[in-house]
Amino acid sequence: MATLYIDNKPYEFEEGRNLLHTCLGLGFDIPHFCWHPALDSVGACRQCAVKLFKDENDCTGTIVMSCMTAARDNMRISIDDKEAHEFRAEVIGFLMANHPHDCPVCDEGGECHLQDMTVLTGHTYREHRFKKRTHRNQDLGPFVHHEMNRCIACYRCVRFYRDYAGGKDLEVFGWHDSVYFGRHESGVLASEFAGNLVEVCPTGVFTDKTFRKHFTRKWDLCSAPSVCVHCSLGCNTIAGQRSGVLRRILNRFSEDVNGYFLCDRGRFGYEFVNGSRRVRTPLAKKGRNQKLEPLDRSAAIKRVAELFSSGRPVIGIGSGRASLESNFALRQLVGPQRFFVAESETQHSITTEIVHALRRTPASRASLRDVAKAGAVLVLGEDVTNTAPLLALAVRQACRTAALTNAHGLGIDPWNDAAIRETGHNVRSSLVVATPTLTKLDDVATTVYHAPPDDISRLGFAIAHALDGSAPAPRGLSPEIEAMARGIARDLAQAARPAVVSGAGSGSASVVEAAAGVAAALYKVNHDACLCMSLSECNSFGCTLLGGRDLTAALDAAERDNAEAVVVLEADLYRNCDPAIAGALLTLPRNVVVIDHTLTATAAMADLVLPAATFAEASGTFVNNEGRFQRFFSAIAPQAGFAPGYRWIAEILSVVGPEAPRWETLDDIVNDMESRVADCAGIRAAAPSASFREGSQKIARQSFRASGRTALLANTSVAESPNPADPDSALAFSPEGIQAPREQPLVARYWAPGINSVQAVSKYHGDPPAALVKGEAGADAAENHGAKAPAAFASHASEWLVMPLHHIFGSEELSMLSPSVASLARSALIVLNPEDAAKLSIRENDAVEVSNYALSCACVAAIASWVTKGSAALSVGRPETQGLDLPEWLWIRKAGAP
Amino acid sequence: MAVDTESGRAMNQTLVMAGTIAGVLAGVLVAASLLIWGERRLLAVWQDRSGPNRVGPLGLGQVAADVVKILTKEDWIPPFADKPIFVLAPMIIMTTTLLSFAVICFGPSAVVADLNVGLLFFLAMSAMGVYSVVLAGWASNSKYPLLGAMRAAGQMFGYEVFMGLSLMGVVMCAGSFNLREIVLAQRHLWFCVPQVLGLVIFLIAGFAETRRLPLDLPETENELVAGYHTEYSGMKFGMFYVGEYVGVVLVSSLITVLFFGGWLGPWLPGVVWFCIKTLVFVCFFVLCRATLMRPRYDQLMSFGWKVLLPLSLANLLVTAAVVLVRGGQ
Amino acid sequence: MIALVKALWTVFLHSFRKRATIEYPEKKAYLAPRWRGRIVLTRGPDGKERCVGCYLCSAVCPVSCIALQCAEDETGRRYPEFFRINFSRCIFCGYCEEACPTYAIQLTPDYEMSEYDRQNLVYEKEDLLISGQGKYPGYDFYRVAGVSIGGKGKGEGENEQPPIDVRGLAD
Repeated sequence: MATLYIDNKPYEFEEGRNLLHTCLGLGFDIPHFCWHPALDSVGACRQCAVKLFKDENDCTGTIVMSCMTAARDNMRISIDDKEAHEFRAEVIGFLMANHPHDCPVCDEGGECHLQDMTVLTGHTYREHRFKKRTHRNQDLGPFVHHEMNRCIACYRCVRFYRDYAGGKDLEVFGWHDSVYFGRHESGVLASEFAGNLVEVCPTGVFTDKTFRKHFTRKWDLCSAPSVCVHCSLGCNTIAGQRSGVLRRILNRFSEDVNGYFLCDRGRFGYEFVNGSRRVRTPLAKKGRNQKLEPLDRSAAIKRVAELFSSGRPVIGIGSGRASLESNFALRQLVGPQRFFVAESETQHSITTEIVHALRRTPASRASLRDVAKAGAVLVLGEDVTNTAPLLALAVRQACRTAALTNAHGLGIDPWNDAAIRETGHNVRSSLVVATPTLTKLDDVATTVYHAPPDDISRLGFAIAHALDGSAPAPRGLSPEIEAMARGIARDLAQAARPAVVSGAGSGSASVVEAAAGVAAALYKVNHDACLCMSLSECNSFGCTLLGGRDLTAALDAAERDNAEAVVVLEADLYRNCDPAIAGALLTLPRNVVVIDHTLTATAAMADLVLPAATFAEASGTFVNNEGRFQRFFSAIAPQAGFAPGYRWIAEILSVVGPEAPRWETLDDIVNDMESRVADCAGIRAAAPSASFREGSQKIARQSFRASGRTALLANTSVAESPNPADPDSALAFSPEGIQAPREQPLVARYWAPGINSVQAVSKYHGDPPAALVKGEAGADAAENHGAKAPAAFASHASEWLVMPLHHIFGSEELSMLSPSVASLARSALIVLNPEDAAKLSIRENDAVEVSNYALSCACVAAIASWVTKGSAALSVGRPETQGLDLPEWLWIRKAGAP
Repeated sequence: MAVDTESGRAMNQTLVMAGTIAGVLAGVLVAASLLIWGERRLLAVWQDRSGPNRVGPLGLGQVAADVVKILTKEDWIPPFADKPIFVLAPMIIMTTTLLSFAVICFGPSAVVADLNVGLLFFLAMSAMGVYSVVLAGWASNSKYPLLGAMRAAGQMFGYEVFMGLSLMGVVMCAGSFNLREIVLAQRHLWFCVPQVLGLVIFLIAGFAETRRLPLDLPETENELVAGYHTEYSGMKFGMFYVGEYVGVVLVSSLITVLFFGGWLGPWLPGVVWFCIKTLVFVCFFVLCRATLMRPRYDQLMSFGWKVLLPLSLANLLVTAAVVLVRGGQ
Repeated sequence: MIALVKALWTVFLHSFRKRATIEYPEKKAYLAPRWRGRIVLTRGPDGKERCVGCYLCSAVCPVSCIALQCAEDETGRRYPEFFRINFSRCIFCGYCEEACPTYAIQLTPDYEMSEYDRQNLVYEKEDLLISGQGKYPGYDFYRVAGVSIGGKGKGEGENEQPPIDVRGLAD
């Protein structure tokens, strides 16, 4: 610990950061704009001036920019110094000279960093007599609204968009007084992380366009800590609602998971919660072919309970979309033997393989932070930008580790961003992208290899063999690939903290085996190696811990046992398996009960639909791809019609069996689960229980400024009702309680006195609890070596190996119910090799039919040379391509052709 | 026949007596209740307002409205109170003040009981009234009433002394305790002239005895909530309330009788003169309320014992000397 | 003592003064234009709603009796989708008027709004909106704000330069 004298008072601090960061961490408010904790310093805005003194006898001092000055031991500075204060006021006066008189109609108002800083410096009146500069705005797509007049030219947007996230289409134009931040022309921002501009921009130039449609000020939002449901990474979010409408998603800082950023699917996919296809009351059919009609809640529960008295078994199908608690409750309801997971046979084998690989690997399991710090990264078979976008952002940061090391050698401080980028132009860490499809990481990769999954797998096995001679070598490898494998192996072995990244996206179990093999082999030569794999859904990992089997097994069981009913929990079976299997599962049993929040194709087939709560209305736990238990909390108070899945099941259980456990609250289920399922040990550590109090108070979901309490519902009744109770968490639906909790899992909003913007995050230091799924004890790395490399890809005469093509906007089920995300989704695409296209006489944008024995789907052609001859890539997760279990050998023909 | 005549006269006398009693009782009560309205109108007049003028002509219906209200209000006895005494206390004050009117002579012959110790009877009754207040405060069994009662006890017992002493000058001048004779003794000169000091002292003591502003220390609403009657409601409170106004009328009548020649006056009948004079003093009571502020309790007590007592004693001595000298001639 | 008598006399003389009170409801008191009574929403000089739904009035309201929802028309002009004041809670403090950046919300010299049913004291936008400009005629927020709305493009507001041409060389 070193000592820093601020205004003649000593403070202890850790060296290694700049003065600004250190002072903010010590609780001081220094105005700043261009500095951001993730983007570091460039010293552009001149706002964070402080006085630096030589020693205690120096009373003149010099003004320095605190973001560009390293904090060193025995340094003496003054923040309150008159000259420094005047300097800062002068600077903000200049910044405000052209800032428009917009705050009442600006979405940033009330959570604006510029507002906070203006108040902080004491600037009140514009002294500039001349006219204000104006700019024309651009339409930047459905997510981000552009209002260029408000810009103060801090350069944070381009630094994030280009330097940090690798985007290319946002640029700064013009010079001196007329700099313009935007695209070369109106159009959708191409980066998947464009939504972060909303949080990065210190004022209202970039605002959330979806939030604008149901705009509410920050102080009126009732928010809760949440976890993103749109991929398996489980980014920490803050969900804000008002009047039962989910208004927006913000990033919740988590050092290990998502840091300061979210992807656009996570940020803007939330609108499904408010969607028109939501089910909000129980629905039931009188007969199989009749319509679903609303039903009383107790009648619905009674009807489900009756199914259990028939004596015939009931099948339960859980899903990776539902919380761990709901899945566990379903497993308890139907029994572990009759609990299945909504995954096809292949999907299930891959998910299980990944979970086993992660739990057994001798290398460490990598969090996103570990990936971002990796000295070398091997991406094997996974298009992370489209399946787990934030993992791609982490991989992109990993490319800079070499530049950081280089800068360190030159004596450059690690926060000195501009200098590091300047010196690191030609220094790039090793990044190998070996995937079946083109990825957005190709531009920063040192090695790129696109081939069908089996060839990717073979490359993986080759690398593993090159690292560890005892690992099996693939047969018949070409010399180039072998040389490539040796090169990759050498880079990985030599790098500090190398990471292997893979996932379920390729649809190939052998790719996963290969990645696990590389990690195991790498560990033998480099103990810092780590392994990161993405899964298909937000709780796939958790669902696997409960040990259900796949849908084919479920159908077998239903036929064999003559099932009375099937209970489907938050899953659309048609999305996850062959429609023939799904159809049989939904027609064979006498009754179909679906617990879901949206009227999916499966729910439409049900005899009874119990409306489930979404992540915004329920509390629960997800296990992310790393095996991290993460609790999400309801932002919207429970309502009469619907309830969390586990609550429905708890109510059914209380009717069905008197010996059933009494689950009153979420904590009851969590405790029960921890005692019954060994693999779920540690779930309780995910977040404080409902009885947790900070200073005898609950944590407030609403800000103390929350307004309209006596008017918001006065149109229905002028008599005010009490705040809803929340038995499931330590958070209260009220402005009364702790506003800024110390526990990271309970942070419902970033706010500090005087700092109303999201920049208040720098005042929070709570680390998330280490609630990780334990590794599988006694597992031997050698077990993985039982896996064999597949044979090399060989094209067929009349069939094409169609590989999955993931789209960040379009492949995920729930985000597609969000109008903004759906507007960016293109129709299903098939990408063909030019030679194959010529052979089939298919041109770009032609309508194409892809089919197997049972199915046929229509899609649009695209032609790209990265596709290996004899293979093709087809959009997954689209309604047109549902039911296909890619990769699969399919027939391709031009629509209308014979 | 003589017996018959005797009994007839006795019968007649009884009827007249009953009529007088009824008349006095009705008159006093009506006057007291009108005073509730009258005081509010007068206060309003002196504060540049209008006062209650909405119910009935001139707002007189307000009296009826108030009576109806007070009779229909919930009569609540607190569970912690000493119930019998709590109920008894307001009755005492009404009884004693009304009984005092028995000796007041409204006209040459309009008197209920022409006692030769009339003035002493009034003093006795007024002393009894203290019990009502003290018992009310005690029986309420709560802190503000008790504080009020303690103040009332100190204030009323003290001022009782000067009241009695201040009247002795009048008694000496008239040579009688009989109020009729006191009035008759003022045929040539009202006692307000020779006994001006006695008048002032009696007036001040009268304020204290009736617990009227500015000497309403026992019920100071800004310190003691409502003093001794804090816990009272409904008609029990009404009795204290009306009792206060009856007291005002009583003291005003006594001033008229003792210092301003009672019914004496030219042209008009005696009763009318009496009423006019009494009304003036009633108004004076209200004017004092509208003008003067309340002293502190210690100021009240020291003023009583250190100023009024010596003054009344001096008045007594001087009067005695004058009477002695005159009698000697 | 003399002071007391003088005081009594002075008070007595008040019998002949003019009454300070007036006979409401037959006669009505004069209320200044800035009197804080019933709240209204005004319109701008162009006859359009002044309220832009900035939520400042609801935030500043000490009894939280104002609730609204902001919406935006196709030209970018903002307006309240609903605007509700619960007058059974309102304390007529006038903070909302003070906070309003567009002079939309104003308090008027009207206090005669008693109701037998509390529910009738909940006023919606239709009940609050008047057709005039109220106390501040001539003010139009959008003329001084930087945003563009229908009929006012970038740089067409008061005290604004024409928009910068990024492709130009001169700037």
